[in-house]
Amino acid sequence: MASYIKVENLDFFYGDFQALHNINLEIEPKKITALIGPSGCGKSTFIRTLNRMNDLIDGTRVHGKIILDGKSILKNEIDVVELRKRVGMVFQKPNPFPKSIYENVIYGPKRHGIRNKSQLDQLVEQSLKNVALWDEVKDRLNESALALSGGQQQRLCIARSLAMKPDVLLMDEPTSALDPISTLRIEELVQQLKEQYTIVIVTHNMQQAARISDITAFFLNGELIEYGQTEYIFTKPCDQRTEDYITGRFG
Amino acid sequence: MSPEGINNIKRRNITNTVFHGLLFLSTLIGIMFLIVLIAQILIKGLGWLDWDFITNFPSRFPKKAGIKSALVGTIWVISFTALFSFPLGVGTAIYLEEYSKKSWYNRLLQINISNLAGVPSIVYGMLGLAVFVKLFNFERSILSASLTLTLLILPVIIVASQEALKSVPNSLKEGSYALGMSKWQTITGVVLPFALPGILTGTILALSRAIGEAAPLIMVGAFGYVAFLPKGPMDYFTTLPIQIFNWTSRPQSEFQNIAAAGIIVLLILLLSANAVAIILRNKYQKRI
Repeated sequence: MASYIKVENLDFFYGDFQALHNINLEIEPKKITALIGPSGCGKSTFIRTLNRMNDLIDGTRVHGKIILDGKSILKNEIDVVELRKRVGMVFQKPNPFPKSIYENVIYGPKRHGIRNKSQLDQLVEQSLKNVALWDEVKDRLNESALALSGGQQQRLCIARSLAMKPDVLLMDEPTSALDPISTLRIEELVQQLKEQYTIVIVTHNMQQAARISDITAFFLNGELIEYGQTEYIFTKPCDQRTEDYITGRFG
Repeated sequence: MSPEGINNIKRRNITNTVFHGLLFLSTLIGIMFLIVLIAQILIKGLGWLDWDFITNFPSRFPKKAGIKSALVGTIWVISFTALFSFPLGVGTAIYLEEYSKKSWYNRLLQINISNLAGVPSIVYGMLGLAVFVKLFNFERSILSASLTLTLLILPVIIVASQEALKSVPNSLKEGSYALGMSKWQTITGVVLPFALPGILTGTILALSRAIGEAAPLIMVGAFGYVAFLPKGPMDYFTTLPIQIFNWTSRPQSEFQNIAAAGIIVLLILLLSANAVAIILRNKYQKRI
């Protein structure tokens, strides 16, 4: 089930440095929300608050609220393991585990208690089909995932997240390390995935945001300048700074 | 270009050549001594090295003397040392790298562990004598010796394992956490498999240091003459370095020669341990 996320008055600090200032945003189910902005604007920091990956970094603090399907996820008593099971993440650089393709896909489900071999087999096939990788790798599932090309590795990483049956998929610049053809395939894939998931994607590539997203949010210096329907943001932005950025005057 | 500039280049080239030569010479000196040492041992000992030497107990008569009890003793002591030191060392390294927060207390631990790696082995021998032999009443046993050697090599295993754990890419850990894995699942799932070759190499090298130790075992009370095989961890024992040390301190020249033969066996043991380390490392690296 795709989730609805509401972010209220979110501040984020690395030590004394405030990386996010009072972010308010709603992320809708079955839509692709693109986060754009120049390097260091806080978009990656923001996406990592949604599955609390920033908890892993020492000396970070967060204020405000993030509500996932009516439940506040920044509270201490929230089980981050449970949260990350529901909110999957794909990273900038493909990071398959140094294991077989098969082992990569079942890494999460197996450790969450699915032991039945035929169930796992089915999960592998389904997840790899979801990312259009099945036909390319079905004869070498037991070979190392590191032997795949960069684009295949990234699709495997997406399949690995999907195998957990998440509600939300976070993608932090998933195509920035890939060639144009692999990028295109991932973009097509993301468009298909939005039928079932809530997708948030950070991208440096404005054409990409314009091509694939429904909603675009523009970040600058840790602030959310504006967000709305992608076509409006790219054709009639309200804020001068947004217009300057999307027309390539800076960034 | 000015003439001074050209002179300068010439001088720099000469300096380079001189230092090249000096550095090669210092390498050569080390290797030459090693070669001389090994050659001398081979010349002295090779003639005494036969199957009887391996299967005989030590004896007053050089012709009958062998290293059976020392070889078996070494295997006993090292097996127990490995049994104790591997889980303790790796466990400590995992705690320090993955669990403990970066605080003054963590830094203090870290500095102490590095210092312990530099403590002379005889000091560990005295500690083993006071604690294991006397206080715990384990007496002059294989157990006392193994525990003492465990303390001796523990810092080395910890530091080597920490280095191996540090080399695990952060992106792999994040990938695991992002799938909803707990810290322990991440450690067993991606961290340890990735770090294992490094950890194994460090451990085997540390163990081969322990194989060659004599001083702490003399403190703990290894015997110079043992004419039986140990049957359990509480038995008396001797080891190869102790046996060699014992033979070299005898006046008869034949004993010098069988000491050399003992050294050859010890060297073969050490080199095979290192070979195993290399094979293990290559095997696991290929799997990745």
